[in-house]
Amino acid sequence: MFRDKIMNETTAGSILTTEGIPLKVSLQKAERRNKIRAVLLVAPLLLFILFTFLIPIGDMLLRSVDDSHINTVFPKTFKEYKKWDRQDLPSEELYKTMFFEVKESEGYAIGKASTRMNYAKSGWKSLLKKSKRKFKKIEEGPYKEQMIAIDKKWANMEYWKAIGVMVDATTAGYYLNAVDLKYNVDKEVVRQKENRRIYNHTWFKTFKVSVLVMVFCLMLGYPIAYLLSTLPLKYSNLLMICVLLPFWTSLLVRTVAWMVMLQQKGVFNNLLVMSNIIADENRFKLMYNETATIIVMTQILLPFMVLPLYSVMRTISPNYMRAALNLGASPLHAFWKIYMPNSVPGISAGCMLVFILAIGYYITPELVGGKDGQMIGNWIAYHLKTTLNWGLCAALGAILLGVMTVLYWVYNKLVGIENIKLG
Amino acid sequence: MGTSDSFVKFDKVDKSYDGETLVVKDLNVDIPQGEFLTMLGPSGSGKTTTLMMLAGFETPTGGEIYLEGEAINKIPPNKRGIGMVFQNYALFPHLTVNENLAFPLEVRKLNKSEIEEKVKKTLDMVELGEFGNRMPLQLSGGQQQRVALARSLVFEPRLVLMDEPLGALDKKLREQMQYEIKHIHERIGITVVYVTHDQSEALTMSNRIAVFNDGKIQQISSPDVLYEKPENAFVANFIGENNQIRGKVKSINGKNCVVTTEKGDDITSLKINVNAVGDASTVSLRPERVEINSPDSNFENSFNAKVKELIYLGDHIRTRVEVCGNDQFIVKVPNSYKGANLKEGASVKLSWKASDSRALDLG
Repeated sequence: MFRDKIMNETTAGSILTTEGIPLKVSLQKAERRNKIRAVLLVAPLLLFILFTFLIPIGDMLLRSVDDSHINTVFPKTFKEYKKWDRQDLPSEELYKTMFFEVKESEGYAIGKASTRMNYAKSGWKSLLKKSKRKFKKIEEGPYKEQMIAIDKKWANMEYWKAIGVMVDATTAGYYLNAVDLKYNVDKEVVRQKENRRIYNHTWFKTFKVSVLVMVFCLMLGYPIAYLLSTLPLKYSNLLMICVLLPFWTSLLVRTVAWMVMLQQKGVFNNLLVMSNIIADENRFKLMYNETATIIVMTQILLPFMVLPLYSVMRTISPNYMRAALNLGASPLHAFWKIYMPNSVPGISAGCMLVFILAIGYYITPELVGGKDGQMIGNWIAYHLKTTLNWGLCAALGAILLGVMTVLYWVYNKLVGIENIKLG
Repeated sequence: MGTSDSFVKFDKVDKSYDGETLVVKDLNVDIPQGEFLTMLGPSGSGKTTTLMMLAGFETPTGGEIYLEGEAINKIPPNKRGIGMVFQNYALFPHLTVNENLAFPLEVRKLNKSEIEEKVKKTLDMVELGEFGNRMPLQLSGGQQQRVALARSLVFEPRLVLMDEPLGALDKKLREQMQYEIKHIHERIGITVVYVTHDQSEALTMSNRIAVFNDGKIQQISSPDVLYEKPENAFVANFIGENNQIRGKVKSINGKNCVVTTEKGDDITSLKINVNAVGDASTVSLRPERVEINSPDSNFENSFNAKVKELIYLGDHIRTRVEVCGNDQFIVKVPNSYKGANLKEGASVKLSWKASDSRALDLG
């Protein structure tokens, strides 16, 4: 019988347990309980993240290309519109469908659509508002002349042409806006008017500030982390509390404290004037500009640099440096060739963390940045709350996300993601 | 200061970390060129601190260390030209084996071909010629240990220090490496200062052993002398197995003295570390120098004893007996007919020569 079993195993190519069940099946059975347990443990958090984060974010990102609302308000008009030759004013038929869809739609739907139409050609919003009111009095056709009589814009080709940009259910318009481009009425990509180009400049500034904050955090954080990792535990714990103290203080409180410190009549300038280092009229402008944004963000983000650095440095044996010295390297050479390369995982993690947090920063630039220190996050907040142009918000956000993903990919190619260590 | 037989010299060296206690007290050692000196002692005895002072990672609180006649207290570690094998090796994890070995040579600005040649030669010496392109963490513990050894030798230092280099290896590998290090030392004739707490390691490898305890060298001599002629109770107890019987000096007679135990037995011993009649003393005696039921009557010491326990160890039988009021007295009985006849509880006669028992301090 034993011999038979051996034969079975070799011919079937699968190993059996003592009871004759295939080993793989038996193993799966044994593991199933563990798998169910693991799924149950993760499920609550997974569902929470799904409904509070992934789905809303996905929905928000879709808004960056979504142009479907206006298609539900003017379905017949858009259908008729596609027949238009774009050479002369549209036919009576197109005027007529437009007339009825404006007249019969709910005010709310028209209002929302007119906001969208205003992005394509400003003037649409007031035109529709006026028309909606006056169309009530028109009882019978022909409609073309009566509409033009209400407002001359109805006879303006530009307005009719601009509809062409909106007839598709999706649009790249918000992304174009996010980099200072737009569709003209003929759906050609053109640059924004000179005085409306704000985003490219802001993008550049956002990256500049983030890189500078990252560099300053590294320069300030590296020596601290090194000291922390070499001190005996009782001192390093105390210092660690100092490093973490900012974490336990409200972000707003710290930002406001910096405002007190840095403004022109603030503590810092007063001290310099009092000690006769600068004259009263030459006070530094350290508040409400880019400098303020950089200084305050560096202070706020510093712990995010120190913590990963510290956790990596603590694992670097002091014997590495000793060995390097013993082998004849000068302290500087030993640091550069031996210690520094071993701390790269910490540097990477710290820099990534600080850069990612910095690039999306909003509240601090808002409070201390003034006009000059605004970052892309401030524009997102502005459009989200003030202009309600959520499509543009979503496009700006998606670009931010895309850039981070690309940077992450480049970083992975250059340094390798396995070299990141948070502790 | 530099004489031919003092290649390294510790001159009245003290070391304190906290300003209250000395971890090394008044250390005076001369190490001749080419010697393999082991510092042996329990943890906290000051041996590693002494090594770190020699390497330059700790500064002596008092006294001076000389290397080839030159005072080196103020010379930083990177200018001392001393090789060192660290505990857990301290191989640079981000560099390959070749790069690890090339590091000290690159620092010394040797040209490329010279570096390559020396690295290869040294790797071959430790029989790792084919592993040059591996990363240290891809090697086994024993291989890492050899790389560390090679790295400490590749730049031809005048002196090599080893800080418990074999501590992380398993027993078999440790013994094998002991011989390898010993053979490399013999072949290239370099001076080695070796730190360990493992006495068998020290006995195997060293020309001389310095036994440390409590910040002081208790005895410094060759392995055989240390084992055969310990000068105080600590050394006798620390090196090898040792029977101790306490008593008081009853009389002194030239080289010998008589120590009386509490039970009134008189033991004739060599007078080593006692000064006067009435001194408290520990008589030290190696287990293999005691005869059981010997028909010979040439022994100065002969006592009746009771067998308490027999432990079978293959080549010999470890026999615990009660004699002179000490029931932890061990006798090693060779596994011959004599041993086979021993029974627990039996009465036996123990005898040993006066020249094998040593009257030491109380310990």
